Amino acid sequence: MSTAVLPYTVEPHPITRLYSGKLGIWLFLASEVMLFGALFSSYVLLRVGAPVAGPAAWPAHAETGLSWKIGGFNTLVLIISSVTMVMAWAALKTHNIGRAKAYLATTVFLALVFIVVKLTLEYIPKIQAGHTPSHNNFFALYFTLTGLHALHIIGGIIVITYFIGPGSALWKTDPEYFTNRVECTGLYWHFVDLVWIFLFPVLYLT
Amino acid sequence: MRRCSWRIFLAVVFGCVVLGQTSVLRAQAVAPKDTGVKIDGEYGPFLPTDISVDGYQVDRLINVLHVFMIGLFVGWGLFFAFCLVKYRQRPGHRANSVLIKAKPSKYLEIAVAIFEAVLLFGFSIPVWARVKSEFPTDDPMRVRVVAEQFAWNFHYPGADKKFGKLNPKIIDLVKNPLGRMDDDPAGKDDFVSGEFHVIEGRSVVVEILSKDVIHSFFVPVLRVKQDAIPGMRIPIWFKTKEKTAGAYEIGCAQLCGNNHFSMRAVMHVDTPEQYAAWVKKVTAPPEEFKED
Amino acid sequence: MAQHQHKGGGHGHDHHHHDDHGAGHHELSYWRKYIFSVDHKIIGIQYGLTALCFLFFGFSLMMIMRWQLAYPNKPIPVIGSLFPSFFPGGAMAPEMYNAFGAMHGTIMVFLGVVPMLVGAFGNYVMPLQIGAPDMAFPKLNMMSYWVYFCGGVTMLASFFVKGGAAQSGWTSYAPLSVITQPHQWGQTMWLIGMVFLITSSLLGSINFITTIVQLRAKGLTMFRLPFFVWAQFVTSFLLLLAFPPLEAAGILQLMDRVAGTSFFMPEGLVVSGQMQSYTGGGNPLLWQHLFWFLAHPEVYVLILPAMGMVAEIIASNTRKALWGYRTMVYSIIFLGFMSFIVWAHHMFITGMGQKMAAFFATTTMIISIPSVVILTAMVITLHGASIRFNVPMLFALAFLPMFAIGGLTGLPLGLPVSDIQLHDTYYVIGHFHYVVAPGTIFAIFAGIYFWFPKATGRMMNEALGKVHFVLSFIFINVAFMPMFFQGLAGVSRRLADQTGYAHGNAVQGLTRMSSWGAWMLGLSQVPFIINFFVSMFAGRKVSENPWESTTLEWSAPSPPPHGNFKSTPVVHRGPYEYGVPGIAKDYFPQHQAGAEA
Repeated sequence: MSTAVLPYTVEPHPITRLYSGKLGIWLFLASEVMLFGALFSSYVLLRVGAPVAGPAAWPAHAETGLSWKIGGFNTLVLIISSVTMVMAWAALKTHNIGRAKAYLATTVFLALVFIVVKLTLEYIPKIQAGHTPSHNNFFALYFTLTGLHALHIIGGIIVITYFIGPGSALWKTDPEYFTNRVECTGLYWHFVDLVWIFLFPVLYLT
Repeated sequence: MRRCSWRIFLAVVFGCVVLGQTSVLRAQAVAPKDTGVKIDGEYGPFLPTDISVDGYQVDRLINVLHVFMIGLFVGWGLFFAFCLVKYRQRPGHRANSVLIKAKPSKYLEIAVAIFEAVLLFGFSIPVWARVKSEFPTDDPMRVRVVAEQFAWNFHYPGADKKFGKLNPKIIDLVKNPLGRMDDDPAGKDDFVSGEFHVIEGRSVVVEILSKDVIHSFFVPVLRVKQDAIPGMRIPIWFKTKEKTAGAYEIGCAQLCGNNHFSMRAVMHVDTPEQYAAWVKKVTAPPEEFKED
Repeated sequence: MAQHQHKGGGHGHDHHHHDDHGAGHHELSYWRKYIFSVDHKIIGIQYGLTALCFLFFGFSLMMIMRWQLAYPNKPIPVIGSLFPSFFPGGAMAPEMYNAFGAMHGTIMVFLGVVPMLVGAFGNYVMPLQIGAPDMAFPKLNMMSYWVYFCGGVTMLASFFVKGGAAQSGWTSYAPLSVITQPHQWGQTMWLIGMVFLITSSLLGSINFITTIVQLRAKGLTMFRLPFFVWAQFVTSFLLLLAFPPLEAAGILQLMDRVAGTSFFMPEGLVVSGQMQSYTGGGNPLLWQHLFWFLAHPEVYVLILPAMGMVAEIIASNTRKALWGYRTMVYSIIFLGFMSFIVWAHHMFITGMGQKMAAFFATTTMIISIPSVVILTAMVITLHGASIRFNVPMLFALAFLPMFAIGGLTGLPLGLPVSDIQLHDTYYVIGHFHYVVAPGTIFAIFAGIYFWFPKATGRMMNEALGKVHFVLSFIFINVAFMPMFFQGLAGVSRRLADQTGYAHGNAVQGLTRMSSWGAWMLGLSQVPFIINFFVSMFAGRKVSENPWESTTLEWSAPSPPPHGNFKSTPVVHRGPYEYGVPGIAKDYFPQHQAGAEA
């Protein structure tokens, strides 16, 4: 596929000091902030406006059955995965593709751990206990917010796996371009972690 | 060619005016459709009859705004037309590259801003405040309006002026459309009707509810419109003028489903005698309420 | 970040360029060249043709609806008997009316006008105007188009599922949108289609902003950008930041429909005497807030690029610089900001209290000022000009009074008190149609006539164009002007049959007039369609700069080749140096070096 010769795909623009991909990913993250911002606002509105009693009332923390231990473990897993993501990029900066791939693989592994824990220890038991999204608005929000977040994690897994596998061919022809792509993926990954850092207290601790 | 397009422009404007006029005339020729009840008031291509004490404030704002809008449009259009004619391309004419200092445009923009501020703070905010917060204290009638697909229910509190509690779980479309509870003493003398009756010259407080989706309670002749939102209970008020007795239309102004277009009701503005007779008629044969 | 800066410093002088697949110059297959192309021009044309089809389709829906309005419950001629499954008995049932209404709005806004303004004109013209070889992310650009295409297919397919297409208006107010067509796919497909369209717009806006920031030609500072590029720039920010909340709202409504949650469902809903199974605790107004938080900026998405196009065409055909270019730029930025804090003026009638109403009415009055400024600036540009009345200019000039009517009639709707009577009546329909139909659609026509020679190397026929203009101008007014009077009379929108109301029946003549205007407007498009396709192959061949314009796109060959410019352009001056005295030709193209005017 032919693309026109474009400036600033790799080298930073003299004024903005960003290469195009990085500016693009920042803009994308800005829109993501608005997406999750709208959902968090909905959370606040629905919680404040919930009826005081009856089936639609906001459940007390104990009734939700959410374990801060599981949530906390997953938080830790994601934070470590963020660190390994940075390490992968740093390894690329020192031109060590082998180490970078190892770090990327660790990131994917940690992300999978997150998903598996979420699925087996949280989603499935909750649904079995009858706490489906339609049970009340707390669970509706819980499943919607964490589900959307999990989709972001899965998206990240796919992209990182691509860079370990076929995507890494770019390293041979243009290592700097490849490094930039990993950097942008890293920015996205940190954002996904950040969303979780907000989700954790909002859902598990209050 | 250029001249020709000018004539076409003028013809267009003229044509629009003529077409508009004829259609207005034709509109008045269409006979009112039979709605079962003869509807009072005058209706045409402008604001309908106003039977509300405060309606004139809405009309006044609408009228002032339109005079302002037409004035602005005509003034601006004259300048526009002048430029189109004077500065058309023609042999020997060349554009002037020096941009004019158009001070008047700045004044115009400031004038528009000031005028809008006057409308906002002089006409809109005070009236809105009156509509929203100055509820009548002169012993108003109280009525609850419960909207549903595709009908209006009017719930009157009866002699005790207290509404009974409603419980959606016991709603029965035929026997108990609102879910009124028998064990609530306040609800003993309540009655429900599909017709809206108010007394002329007396203020009315209406509480607006909905059973299912969002509707909008719209009485054109009262200049009253309020969404009926499920889960909310929204009070509004109005007062009819003296000597306005008659039948008027209530419509639904918010898309509420298939038969939205037919979600109508009639508002009867009664004299006190007519009202008393109606209440007697509605409450006398209590068959439909006795059974349960 | 220190590492990054080091990297930046280390490669500041590094000018080697990169080609994704290292295979830039061999001949491309037909599929790669015309269908899955990454060239912004091909993508722009794809967007344009698709959007034109959708505009025509959305318009056809409305022409059928206008029959039901003008002659309620009478069999529709021809079409009624052609599609008996849609029109039982040949007439239009109210549920079909509602479905057509909802889809007319959705298709016109999200599948027609926005893809046309941003996807087609933005994609085609903007990179050329800034002297870029392509968009910053060509593959993402291709993806935007195909995601949009999927959204369009989803919307169209929803007509054929059981229960038909969505019936709750383009605004899809909950709870109606959640409870209608239960266990059927219409509304659900609408939501899925919207998620596609939003995603497409988001990807597009990222691409646009990055391109404008990063890929401007040397010398092209922000204040040398053509006004159209500024309009696209602001529009992209609106898309980027306003669409995600609607995506969130769409996801929540999808959950309400599919998973039985109660985000927008309060307790104790009883539909047709049946208690609903929703737990409750939700709020119907939450949907409206999320929806209008998008949809008001969306209104500006529909108008700003149109203003940009009109400004370009006016500058070129008046042979004058835009009057108050900088003021216009500041105004458009201000419009962009303000458009985020006016949304609740769509909700005055929902039981809003005094303070909120006062706030939103004030912001609404404030936002009208920059629009007045921009419009006034464009009209003052005419002063001292030398106006060429060619077809693009006629449409651009007609835009001005039409948009003025649309804008002015917004005032009574922006003040809560006058809005009491006019809210949700035909007055609203007249107002926003004057903004987007004789406004934006005319700007689109102007743009098509103006940039057609750039895209094809051929001119569209002038005489047919004038016929198209005159007829469209007459009938679009015949179609929409009566709506203001219907609105004043109190006729509510979205009524499948208004004659049941005395006040509706009194103005039924106006409804008929409006319908006839719409059908004649449809016929008036025939010269355009003929002109468009015939000119593509048989139009008069023209040079690269037939309008003698100054901006960069006119320095590229027509049609521009892959990579756009023969040599990388360098910009020496502002965008509108027309009417320059003392030279043979009266204009200075932006890329031309030489004495400053």
